[in-house]
Amino acid sequence: MALSADEVRHVARLARLALTDAEVEALAPQLSQILAYAEQVGEVAAQDVEPTTHPFALRDVSRPDEPQPSLPREDVLAAAPHAEQDRFGVPRIVSEEG
Amino acid sequence: MSATTMSGEPISATTAAEHGVDLLQGDTGEWELVVGLEVHVELQTRTKMWCGCSTDFGADPNTNVCPVCTGQPGALPVVNEQAVRDATLLGLALNGEIAPICRFHRKNYFYPDLAKNYQISQYDVPLVNDGWLDVEVPTGDGQSVSRRVRIERLHMEEDTGKSLHVGDTGRLHGADRSLIDYNRCGIPLLEIVSRPDIHDADTAQAYLRELQSIVRATGVSDARMEEGSIRCDANVSVRRPGDELGTRTEIKNLNSIRSLGRAIAYEAQRQIGVIEDGGTIVMETRHWDEGRGVTETLRVKESVTDYRYFPDPDLVEITSPAEKVEAIRTLLPELPAASRARLGEAGVTPEQAAAIIATGLLPWFDDAVAAGADGAAAANWLVGDIAGQLSAEGLRIEAAGLTGAHVAELIALIEDGTLSTKLAKQVVAGVIDARGAKGPAQVAEDQGLRQVSDEGELRTIVEQVVAANADTVEAIRGGNDKAIGALVGQVMKETRGQADPRKTNELLREVIG
Amino acid sequence: MVLTRLSAVELAQKLRTKDVSAVEVVEAHLERIAAIDGVVADGDVWRAVPADELTSRDIHAYLHVTAAAAREHAADVDRRRAAGDDLGPLAGVPLALKDVLTMRGAPTTVGSRMLEGWLPPYDATVTERLRAADLVVLGKTNMDEFAMGSSTENSAYGPTRNPWDLGRVPGGSSGGSAAAVAGLMAPLSIGTDTGGSIRQPAALTGIVGAKPTYGTVSRYGLVAFASSLDQAGPFARTVEDAAHLQTLIHGHDPRDSTSITDTPADLLTTLRDGIDGLRIGVVTELQGDGYEPGVRRVFEQALERFERLGAKIVEVSLPHAGYGLPAYYLIAPSEASSNLARFDGVRYGLRVDAPTAEEMNAATRAAGFGPEVKRRIMIGTHALSSGYYDAYYLQASKVRTLIARDFASAFEQADVLVSPTSPTVAFGLGDKTADPLAMYLNDVATVPASLAGTPALSLPAGTAEAPDAPQATLPVGLQIMAPLLRDDLMYRVGWAFESDLGFTPIPAGDTAVEVA
Ligand SMILES: [Zn+2]
Repeated sequence: MALSADEVRHVARLARLALTDAEVEALAPQLSQILAYAEQVGEVAAQDVEPTTHPFALRDVSRPDEPQPSLPREDVLAAAPHAEQDRFGVPRIVSEEG
Repeated sequence: MSATTMSGEPISATTAAEHGVDLLQGDTGEWELVVGLEVHVELQTRTKMWCGCSTDFGADPNTNVCPVCTGQPGALPVVNEQAVRDATLLGLALNGEIAPICRFHRKNYFYPDLAKNYQISQYDVPLVNDGWLDVEVPTGDGQSVSRRVRIERLHMEEDTGKSLHVGDTGRLHGADRSLIDYNRCGIPLLEIVSRPDIHDADTAQAYLRELQSIVRATGVSDARMEEGSIRCDANVSVRRPGDELGTRTEIKNLNSIRSLGRAIAYEAQRQIGVIEDGGTIVMETRHWDEGRGVTETLRVKESVTDYRYFPDPDLVEITSPAEKVEAIRTLLPELPAASRARLGEAGVTPEQAAAIIATGLLPWFDDAVAAGADGAAAANWLVGDIAGQLSAEGLRIEAAGLTGAHVAELIALIEDGTLSTKLAKQVVAGVIDARGAKGPAQVAEDQGLRQVSDEGELRTIVEQVVAANADTVEAIRGGNDKAIGALVGQVMKETRGQADPRKTNELLREVIG
Repeated sequence: MVLTRLSAVELAQKLRTKDVSAVEVVEAHLERIAAIDGVVADGDVWRAVPADELTSRDIHAYLHVTAAAAREHAADVDRRRAAGDDLGPLAGVPLALKDVLTMRGAPTTVGSRMLEGWLPPYDATVTERLRAADLVVLGKTNMDEFAMGSSTENSAYGPTRNPWDLGRVPGGSSGGSAAAVAGLMAPLSIGTDTGGSIRQPAALTGIVGAKPTYGTVSRYGLVAFASSLDQAGPFARTVEDAAHLQTLIHGHDPRDSTSITDTPADLLTTLRDGIDGLRIGVVTELQGDGYEPGVRRVFEQALERFERLGAKIVEVSLPHAGYGLPAYYLIAPSEASSNLARFDGVRYGLRVDAPTAEEMNAATRAAGFGPEVKRRIMIGTHALSSGYYDAYYLQASKVRTLIARDFASAFEQADVLVSPTSPTVAFGLGDKTADPLAMYLNDVATVPASLAGTPALSLPAGTAEAPDAPQATLPVGLQIMAPLLRDDLMYRVGWAFESDLGFTPIPAGDTAVEVA
C-alpha cells in the first residue's frame, strides 16, 4: 500500500519521532516501496498456520524469587542527561500515562 | 473502546434488573448504570517481576534498580516464578480458570516512568479467565444482599516508576519538570478486570472491599489503597434499560473505597445530564477530584491510543498443567466468604465479621479465640475499642504489638471481675503504649487498675459515703431513685474509678435500706 | 614471524610454549591498528578519528581501542602463565568486539549518535565469558547503526572499508568486526547476526563467520535490534578458530529467557572427521537469477569440490524461502520499533532539550537516529499498528513457521544445506545507499536461516570479479546451513572444504590495504 504524508506523520507520532516536512516527503515513497515489497507475504496461504515468535519452543523459563544486588545509584545516574535529587529529570510531562 | 474484550470476544454485561438494583431517575426517564472495575494489585514478592531487585517500599530513590528495570540497552527480563504462583493462587481464589498456556505481550507507549517505553503485560491469552466474585452488599437496614460480579480476566504485568513533579503545584499540571524514581518500575502487578456487571455504587464498593479481603487472605499483597498496593479504575456508562452499552468513560485517581462510590455516583449523574441536554458522551479518561467531588477530563484522545501489542520476543510461554494448578489450589487459605460464615457461627454479627475481615484482623480474632476468648466478646473488642484506639494513634495492630492472646487475656480479666469495661479500655491503652511489651494483666497491675469488688473493702467505703451524704440518702428514701447515681459517683471517686459498679449499686441499696 | 598473520590457534600455541608473550601479541596488533585504521593512538582508550577526517586509506574497523586495558590484561595473562596457572585454550589471544555488546570501561555506541559516549554500567554475558577465558579485548568495532544495514555505511561514525579493496564496503552490519580480522588487526572478533550481519560481511571480506543456533549464545548485554533473530557469533580467518571462539561463548545463560538449556554441540571433536558420504543439499531457491555470474561460478566449483571430497550433492527445495526477505523486513523492524523505544533522552545517551518531555523525546530521537534506523522504526511501528497487525506482523510470523517447516523437511533429505552467502561480491561505497530496497536484497540468502533459527556458517570459497570491475579479485562466500543445534556439522563440513581449498584469506593487490 502507498502511505500518504499524513499517514507517515501519524506513524511518526506513534513512534515519537520529530520528522521534518522534507523527511516526511522523502519517507512516504520509500516506506510505500518497502511495504509493497513486504506485502508479498500476503500471497502465502497461511490461515491455519501457527505464528512463530521463537525458533525454539522454550517454555516456563523463570527464576527463583531471590534478591540479587542492585546497581549503585551513582552508576545508574551517571549516564543520565539530567539528574536531580537522586532521580532522572525530564521537562514538564504533558500527556497522561497509558 | 471497541465492543470486544482484549481476548476478542463481545462484551457482555448484566442488567440492573437481574441484580435487583434500582434504575436512576433522570428528567427524561430511567437510566441504567453500567460499571466495570479494573483493579491493579502489587504483589508482595521479594524481588521484581523481571529482575532480582528488591521490592521494598520506601527505599531511597533509584536504589532498587539494575540494568533490567531501568531499561538499559541489552538488558533482558526473566520471569519471577513466585509472581506466577501468586497470580495463579489469586486467580483460583477468584474462581477463575487458569490458562494451560499463556504468554506475555508488549504494550507500547511512551512515558518517562516506563523505562523501556513499553510495558510487558498480557493480551490475548492472560493467565486467568472467567472468574467471579459473590459480594455482600449492605442494604442499609443491617441486612445485606448477595450479588455476583463476573471477572473477565486476571493478567500479569509490571508496575511503572514514580514521578515527582517539581514546580509550583507539585502536581502534574503546573509542574515545570518531573523527577523519576525507578524503584517501583518492574514490581509485579496483577490487573483484575471485572465484567460490566455492576449497576450501583454500593456494589462497586462492596466488590472492591471483597477483592481487597481476598487478596489479603491469600497473602499475595497487603492491598493498601493508601500506599497504592491496590488501585482501582472505574469504567462507567449509562444506558436506557434494554439498550446497547453506552459510551464509557474511565475514571482514575480513586484513592479510597469511599471515593470509588462518590465518583461513580457523580459520573452517572453527569453522563445522564449530558445526554438529557442533547449532548453525547466522549470516550475519555477522567480524573476524580476528591476535594471538589467531581470528575474532570484528563485526556482527550487526539488520536485513538494504539498500543501496538505484540508477543514479547524476550520471554517464552508459561504453562500451567493441571498438576501445577491443583498443587497451588491446596495452598488456598480460608476465603472471606467462609470466614464470614465461621464468624457468624461464633456469634459475631455480620457487620463486625465484615469489619474484621476487611481490616485484616481475622488472625487476631482467631488467636484470641484459640486462647480461650468468647467469639462475640473478641469481635466486640477488636472492631470496637481496640480499632478505635489504634486509629486514633495512627497505628496498625502489628505495630502496636497487640496480639490475639492479649485480647483473650483482657476478656478473661473482665469476666473474672478484675476489670470493668472502663478499666479495660485503660488497660488497652497501656498495652499499646508499651507496644505489647506488657500484657493486660501486667499493665493492670503496674497501674493499679483493678475493680474494687472485695465486699468488705467496698462496704466500708459505701458506709462512709452514705454517712457523708445524708441529704441524698433522704431523697432516695423519699422515692428519688435516680439520686443513687450521685452516690455511685462518690464511691467511684473514692476508689479512683475502680469500684465494681454493679456491686456498688447493690451495696448502696442494702446500706440505705 | 609476523604475529598479526597468525591464526588464533597458532598464537595460542606460541603463547603456551612461551615463544611469544601476550603483551607482544597485543602490541603487534595495536601497532597495526595505529598504522592502518584511522585512530588517534593516545590515551587509555584510543578513539577513531571523526568521520569527516577519515582518509580513503583508513579501514576504520574500530570505534574505540581499549589499548591500556588490553595491555594490562595481556600482562596479567603473562604473569599468571609464568606462575604456572592453568589458563584457557586461547588465553592471551586478542580479539575485537562489535560495538553492540556492552563492556565496562569503554563506550558502547552501537554505531549511533544516540549512544555517543555511553559507558554501560554492566558487561554482556559474551563479554564476561571472553574475559573469563582470558581473551584480550582490543576494542569495539564499527557497525551499521543499531545493526541495521548490509554495508556498515549506516554507521554514524563513518563507513568501514573493505581491506580487499578500500573503495568497497566490507558488508554489514558487523563490517568493523569483519574488516578487523580480514585486515589483520585482530585474529578473532565477535559480530552479531540478525538477518546475515555476520555471514554477509564474512563473505565480502574473505573470512569465516558463523551465526550459531538461535538461543545458544546469550543475548544478555547485546543491544537488541530484533530480539527473536539477534545472535552473536564468531569471525576468524580459519574454520577451526571460529569453532574455538564459538565454543567459548555458547552455553546456557539464566539471564536470557530465550537461552537454550541443552548443552551445545561439541564443535571441536568431530571437526576433522571429513564429509565422506554426507548429503549436501543445494537449495533451488537460493541460486540462479539475482546472483552475480562470478558468485555462481565459484559456487558451482564449490559443489564439485564437495563431490570430490566424497559428499553427495542433492537438490532440495525451501518452497517459502522466497518469502523470507519480505517476512524478515516486517518482523525485524516491528521488534526494532519496540526495542528502540527506550532511547528517549531520559536515562542515558543523547538528549535534545525541549520545553516538554514529549517534545524532548521526539527531538532526541529525531537527532539521535540516522535515516535507516528511522525508516525501520517507521516500518515496524506501522506493521504493528491497529488495522495492519494481522496482514503484516502476524502474517509474517506465520510465513516464518512455514520456512522453519521447509528447513525441517529439507534436512530429512540432506545433512547440511549450501548456497552462496551473498548474491554479490563486495560493492562500491555509496553504490546502494540511495536505494534501501536494493540494499535489503543483500540478505536474500542469509535471511531464511535466521528466520528458522538454524546455524549457518560462511567461509571463503574463492574469488571472483565484480560486475563493475572485471579485473578485480574479490572474495566469494559459501554458506553452510545445518539443522538446529547441529553447529558441529557445519563446522565439520566447513573445515573439510577449507582444508581442500587452501584459500589465503589475506587481501593483496593495488587497491587493498598493505599487508604487513
Ligand atoms: Zn532491577
